[in-house]
Amino acid sequence: MVDIPYEGIRGIPPAEVPEVELYHPRSWWTRYVFSQDAKVIAIQYSLTATAIGLVALVLSWLMRLQLGFPGTFSFIDANQYLQFITMHGMIMVIYLLTALFLGGFGNYLIPLMVGARDMVFPYVNMLSYWVYLLAVLVLASTFFVPGGPTGAGWTLYPPQAILSGTPGQDWGIILMMASLILFIIGFTMGGLNYVVTVLQARTRGMTLMRLPLTVWGIFTATVMALLAFPALFVASVMLLLDRLLGTSFFMPALVEMGTLSKYGGGSPLLFQHLFWFFGHPEVYIVALPAFGIVSDLISTHARKNIFGYRMMVWAIVAIGALSFIVWAHHMYVSGMFPQFGYFFATTTLIIAIPTAIKVYNWVLTLWRGDIHLTVPMLFALGFIITFVNGGLTGLFLGNVVVDVPLSDTMFVVAHFHMVMGVAPIMVVLGAIYHWYPKVTGRMLNEALGKFHFWVTFLGAYLIFFPMHYLGLLGVPRRYFELGDATFIPSSAHSLNAFISVVALTVGFSQMVFLFNLAWSLFKGEASGGNPWRATTLEWQTPETPPGHGNWGKELPVVYRWAYDYSVPGAAEDFIPQNQPPRATQLAQGAAS
Amino acid sequence: MSAVILFLAVLAVIAGWWLSQQRLTAKPWLEEGPAGDFPGSDAMTWPAAKVGLGVFLAVASALFVLFISAYSMRMSVVDWRPLPVPRLLWVNTGVLVVSSVALQWSYAAARRQDTEGVVIGLLAGGASAVIFLAGQLLAWQRLGAAGYFVASNPANSFFYLLTAVHGLHLTGGLVALARTSAKMWRGADIAEMRLGVELCAIYWHFLLLVWLVLLGLLTGWTDDFVNICRQLLS
Repeated sequence: MVDIPYEGIRGIPPAEVPEVELYHPRSWWTRYVFSQDAKVIAIQYSLTATAIGLVALVLSWLMRLQLGFPGTFSFIDANQYLQFITMHGMIMVIYLLTALFLGGFGNYLIPLMVGARDMVFPYVNMLSYWVYLLAVLVLASTFFVPGGPTGAGWTLYPPQAILSGTPGQDWGIILMMASLILFIIGFTMGGLNYVVTVLQARTRGMTLMRLPLTVWGIFTATVMALLAFPALFVASVMLLLDRLLGTSFFMPALVEMGTLSKYGGGSPLLFQHLFWFFGHPEVYIVALPAFGIVSDLISTHARKNIFGYRMMVWAIVAIGALSFIVWAHHMYVSGMFPQFGYFFATTTLIIAIPTAIKVYNWVLTLWRGDIHLTVPMLFALGFIITFVNGGLTGLFLGNVVVDVPLSDTMFVVAHFHMVMGVAPIMVVLGAIYHWYPKVTGRMLNEALGKFHFWVTFLGAYLIFFPMHYLGLLGVPRRYFELGDATFIPSSAHSLNAFISVVALTVGFSQMVFLFNLAWSLFKGEASGGNPWRATTLEWQTPETPPGHGNWGKELPVVYRWAYDYSVPGAAEDFIPQNQPPRATQLAQGAAS
Repeated sequence: MSAVILFLAVLAVIAGWWLSQQRLTAKPWLEEGPAGDFPGSDAMTWPAAKVGLGVFLAVASALFVLFISAYSMRMSVVDWRPLPVPRLLWVNTGVLVVSSVALQWSYAAARRQDTEGVVIGLLAGGASAVIFLAGQLLAWQRLGAAGYFVASNPANSFFYLLTAVHGLHLTGGLVALARTSAKMWRGADIAEMRLGVELCAIYWHFLLLVWLVLLGLLTGWTDDFVNICRQLLS
């Protein structure tokens, strides 16, 4: 179907390398530690995010132990349970997923996929990582300060977040805010890089419509994050001032521990508006890179061009724009002006349209494709299923009348874990299996990978699907123990115990994955430069792993879009983006 | 939050205009061949640093607009008591205008290849920015001496907060300005320095604009305007 309406098939000479623009490391320290190479920074980001993510994973085990077997574990008390919830949510959403998708995958893939030598501001990029690391260390330090980490919930709603009675009121909450502020500063430095690199450093021939969807997803998510994180910054700074200096931005007049507090007149609702103005785009900041990456995984492993590329791009942009006007659907029960709810319910349901277009296009890409059930493909399929499931319950919760009884139940927990917990993690894992050969030059072990996939996928389903039923029964979220409520049958308690056992099993399978990562680094099968026979530029580098500067002497020139798989008449079932048309023409001529 | 929505709408128009130049309706699966064959597919001709500054200004604007949104929402609560704005702020505003003009002058000198003019402009701009910051601190001190503390009223809290955030942005700008001046001092070629001077000037104009908006809010000059907007929206 290659229809060439242009007569110019001349290969233009590749651009000469502007040698002066490259930064060259001089010592071991600047090569591996204080490196300005985006690939090293990406690995640093990924390792740091994984390390703090493991802490959050352990916290989830502790929570599940308490929920499944209440009263059995004396080392978990009610305050600690709240602290575990808070830190688990905060770490997973911001310090793991955001950092991994944008700082990790963004740094590694953007320069390689657009055909650049590095990010445009390498020094700022390096600073971004070190500020992020500092934010993570400040966050981790809250486990060791007097009073422990804050237990205010990951949404940190005032007034309770800074009042006595909430765990971590002394130090935890202050350090939490400080850490968030640092994270946002660090992210802004990185985000400027990702955006400007996509805008300015694309190689010759790489038009916007030839970008792989991975880059579109990460690019749009970064733009959103740059505009959404300032809201969290504003909220954090003002809450910090309320806590430290006794201002009343958010704090209403109230009685604290029997005495009238110094606060008065502040609006907790204002905090919720600011928080969710960040918080809702945040969902898509995590989801859009996942959408982009999964599109590439499906296309590559089904050996078929992505169905409806233009629609996919438009849908990413539309979702990015719409996600800024849906935030108050998190606030139906907050006491805001009730008619706002109708507006936000409408926008929420509208956003389902571009999202559904994407799901249909993934399925249609699979339709009659040459599907290779490799580990990345398995995870991509797992993503589609969990995402559809979580997306559909999102339609329930987007409606005010359904949300009001269901909010604050386990149904909400099941919904958001399915849609923005399990689904993006599926993509993260699939993407690691997919790009690990490029990063290390070795394949991950496939048997261990399949074991990891099936335990993770089935396990995650067994955890979160039954949780919807708990929510429909009215089992509340955030509760340390359920007590003797008549509306909760004993079967709900045994279901909770079952979920806990599965959660521990899934957690164990992640250890197998970590072992696979370490083991394959030394013992894995050598992968060669392009083990998946993929078209995008990162697989066409002269060296694997790509060397400093990515491309050797000459930058690649792009002649086609990223999805020329199984082109009829072509010699192979994939045509790399940098392959000139003449070569394809010859192959076609030979075939016909 | 309507201020933020309005701001995002403006950004969306800019982004939409830019995207409309990018041939998003192209059918890339049919367009094989070097990029030069297709119209409108070139990268922007601006230097990367200028685009980077533009993106950063968008982020900084989002930050200030969000503060302003919070300001206008908090303002409508009954305990709001506007504070008397020290007259010193008008002097400070004048100094900031001088700073901005000096940098613009420096940029004009850079375009004329006039090294001495550039150096004078940079130094005058930096010095007046430092004077502005000192003036802001003095204004804080006077307010404190008059009993207007940060926590005594939300209007005070916002006054201190907004001036502090603006001041911190200017301090960050001073770091960049110092680096540019240091390069100049070490005798860098004026053609190389032109971009750096231009970026400093743009950033200074941005901060001047932000300051004028903040000043309008803090002194209550724009109250009528805000009320009209509020009525239009509700």
